[in-house]
Amino acid sequence: MKLLRELIYPLIAVLVAFIIGGIIVWLVGDNPFEVYGLLLGSALTWPDGIGYTLFYATPLIFTGLAVAVAFRCGLLNIGAEGQLYVASFATAWVSIKLGGTVVDVFGTQTNYAWASLPAFLLVPLAILTAILVGAAWGAIPGWLKARFGAHEVITTIMLNFIAVALVSYFTQYYYKKPGDPIMESVPIGEAAHIPRLGAFVPGLPERLPINVAFLLAIVACVVVYIFLWRTKWGYEIRATGANPQAAEYGGINVRRQIVLAMAVSGALAGMVGISEVLGYRYRYYDSFSASYGFTGIAVALLGRNHPVGVFLAALLFGMLLRGGIPVDAFSEHVSKDLVEVLQALVILFIAVGVHFKWLSNRFSLLRRSKI
Amino acid sequence: MLELRNITKRFGDVLANDHINIKVETGAIHAIVGENGAGKSTAMRIAYGFYTADGGEIIVEGQPRSIQTPHDAIALGIGMVHQHFMLVDTMTVAENIVLGAEPGTSASIDLRKAASEIRALSDEFRLSVDPNAFIHDLSVGQQQRVELLKALYRHARLLILDEPTAVLTPQEVEEFFTILRRMREQGKTVIIITHKLSEVLAISDDVTVMRDGRVVGHVKTAETNAAELARMMVGRDVLLRVEKPDAKPGQAVLSVKNFSIAVAGGERGVRDVSFEVRAGEIVGVAGVEGNGQTELIEALAGLVVPSNVGGAVVFEGRDITRASARERYELGIAHVPEDRHRRGLLLDFDLAENSILGVHYRKPAVSFSPFLDIAGIRNRALEVIRDFDVRPPNPDLPVRALSGGNQQKLIIGREFELRPKLLLVSQPTRGVDIGAIEFIHRKLVALRDEGCAILLVSAELEEVTSLSDRLLVIYHGRIVGEVDPKRTSQEEIGLMMTGGKKGNAE
Repeated sequence: MKLLRELIYPLIAVLVAFIIGGIIVWLVGDNPFEVYGLLLGSALTWPDGIGYTLFYATPLIFTGLAVAVAFRCGLLNIGAEGQLYVASFATAWVSIKLGGTVVDVFGTQTNYAWASLPAFLLVPLAILTAILVGAAWGAIPGWLKARFGAHEVITTIMLNFIAVALVSYFTQYYYKKPGDPIMESVPIGEAAHIPRLGAFVPGLPERLPINVAFLLAIVACVVVYIFLWRTKWGYEIRATGANPQAAEYGGINVRRQIVLAMAVSGALAGMVGISEVLGYRYRYYDSFSASYGFTGIAVALLGRNHPVGVFLAALLFGMLLRGGIPVDAFSEHVSKDLVEVLQALVILFIAVGVHFKWLSNRFSLLRRSKI
Repeated sequence: MLELRNITKRFGDVLANDHINIKVETGAIHAIVGENGAGKSTAMRIAYGFYTADGGEIIVEGQPRSIQTPHDAIALGIGMVHQHFMLVDTMTVAENIVLGAEPGTSASIDLRKAASEIRALSDEFRLSVDPNAFIHDLSVGQQQRVELLKALYRHARLLILDEPTAVLTPQEVEEFFTILRRMREQGKTVIIITHKLSEVLAISDDVTVMRDGRVVGHVKTAETNAAELARMMVGRDVLLRVEKPDAKPGQAVLSVKNFSIAVAGGERGVRDVSFEVRAGEIVGVAGVEGNGQTELIEALAGLVVPSNVGGAVVFEGRDITRASARERYELGIAHVPEDRHRRGLLLDFDLAENSILGVHYRKPAVSFSPFLDIAGIRNRALEVIRDFDVRPPNPDLPVRALSGGNQQKLIIGREFELRPKLLLVSQPTRGVDIGAIEFIHRKLVALRDEGCAILLVSAELEEVTSLSDRLLVIYHGRIVGEVDPKRTSQEEIGLMMTGGKKGNAE
């Protein structure tokens, strides 16, 4: 019952967004039913549609959780984008340096590595790197806020620029194969590759990029739930978010919670690198993120900052991302920008939803009271 | 002036107003009293058009009227001042007052004209409000007068005041009452919602008593007394005075020596204060609000940055001047904060989660570190609910849904169940109804008799004198005297509180 109440407004928002999106499609001159058929059909076919939907959902689960954890501490983390870039680059770097990467550069074998670790060491190390570097990058704005009172919205946005420029610089000048026209690093060692789900799931081809990071994302949802609602640390973070003065009264070190929450948030954002680098591209690819960090804000909002909600919202957004491609290709007038329109409409109606609830209360009161 | 006939209002399953009949005479000050949740505010919000009644009639000056929105009410000459002021901090008095009723053409606001009108009104009722002052520079009492002006500016003939004195100091209350009397002289009608009986007796002409959504009585103030009103409100006899045996103080638990607290930006804070609190006694601190009591309690609870604190605080022989809030909890110092919404509660958390704030990191909240023991937390919440009669007794309810009195009982229960050696308690019964006040007072005395040292701060002189065994009077951050509350008159204490006379300080 409680779950139903929690779900009802996000569901209404999604529904209304689709209806208005449909009207837009109709105005543009296409048949909305065909376009939605195309969109949902391609996102839900087995195995390609579902495989890609889940693959696109994976980074959004991580960034959605990241934003949700920060939000529970009363912080708006706009910096998931920067955090995931830095962490992705770091995990690629470790996987190159310790993965025995040797590349043929204009005919000479060039060694980029220091060592060549076996998979059972390298994979955990690479995963840990993504988590820790993300945490460190996230902790910076947390510390700036705790120490100097700098607003996290400003600092995280600024750190996004720094992050993007920093990793581009390192990619361009140190880890790109000379002569490679693409802005990407040399490949990571094969020992750092994590398996694609196609390796275990019958009927799911291994060419699909969906990999074990998706399972890790599910685990992350469970862990975040336990952390926030079943540990004293989570209690302290949520208390700080709910009322910092009361938290302080309860003997909670509010500044420490701010740093901790931002670090956990950054760690979750950083885990995007596990899917993208270790499970999909096997290299650091510059500007790979389709605004995952920013979409994560919408995912958290739609998911009401709860792991279950974030998971469901990420699936929806994953579907939209996947379904946008055939819409672009096969519909006459509608481009895949429709996906962004739908995303924006969903967010709009979630934001309106709060007031809608209030209005509906007020309205029913007015209606019942005919004096 | 105003009559409510058979007004009924239902919120879901709750009958907030059950065939209410209230008749307010023109030119009178009419008090509506009742415990929290009795339906007084609901009735008045219906009269002001915030809610629409499910049934019944509103009659204004002899005519049945339909009041659907506050706009309708204002047009009929009804104004309302809410408990929480609705003022824009960064705007001037005049700007706030004209908000929503701007003079001049639609494009430009004639603020100068407004300011002179406001000044005239202010002079007429002797409110001494400067229309060009900024709201954030005004005291709470002055802000309230701005709210009054807002209603007067809209030509209100009937003013509804919701708990107007809750935020005022004793002096401000006196001033405020003078203003109300002046309004009555000028022919205005005033409805005052309150649960403070002394105020009802001091200011009103008529009283309507409400309980559980019904009007249980209507009396002339001159023909009643506090005991009768309390009985009508609660439905049984209520002890208005605290009955307590003499204290049997033991060893000093808390000694404060030459204690000072610096506050950013000047005068306030605490200066060179020394006193002791012994086991088994209640030491009261009397003073007009804003004279350093808040800072004193917060500093003793470890909520003030240590670098702002001077002197020494010794607890059971240990210097705790620089100890953190948690270290103090661990030593057995509990704290009931002055403002339960700001400090004491996580309003969106449920009762269970609120019942462990402060001890959430150890047993029984935590079973196997760092994991919370959900069942243990529920049990603790149920204990607090049972021992301190928190209603409704549902640990899964968000605290926001509780009445002020029940929220306060939850905090008091949470802190008392720690079996503290020292209790710091500030405004324990602010905004709490009579039944709960009596209950909280009895619990405080019981805790004292178990040997707890209690330091009590209250803005209610009545409360602090009747509960305390010794009374310190604070003025401008200094303790200006210690008195025996049994042998000192309220007038004398009141004089000391305003810096009038030195008591026999130790």
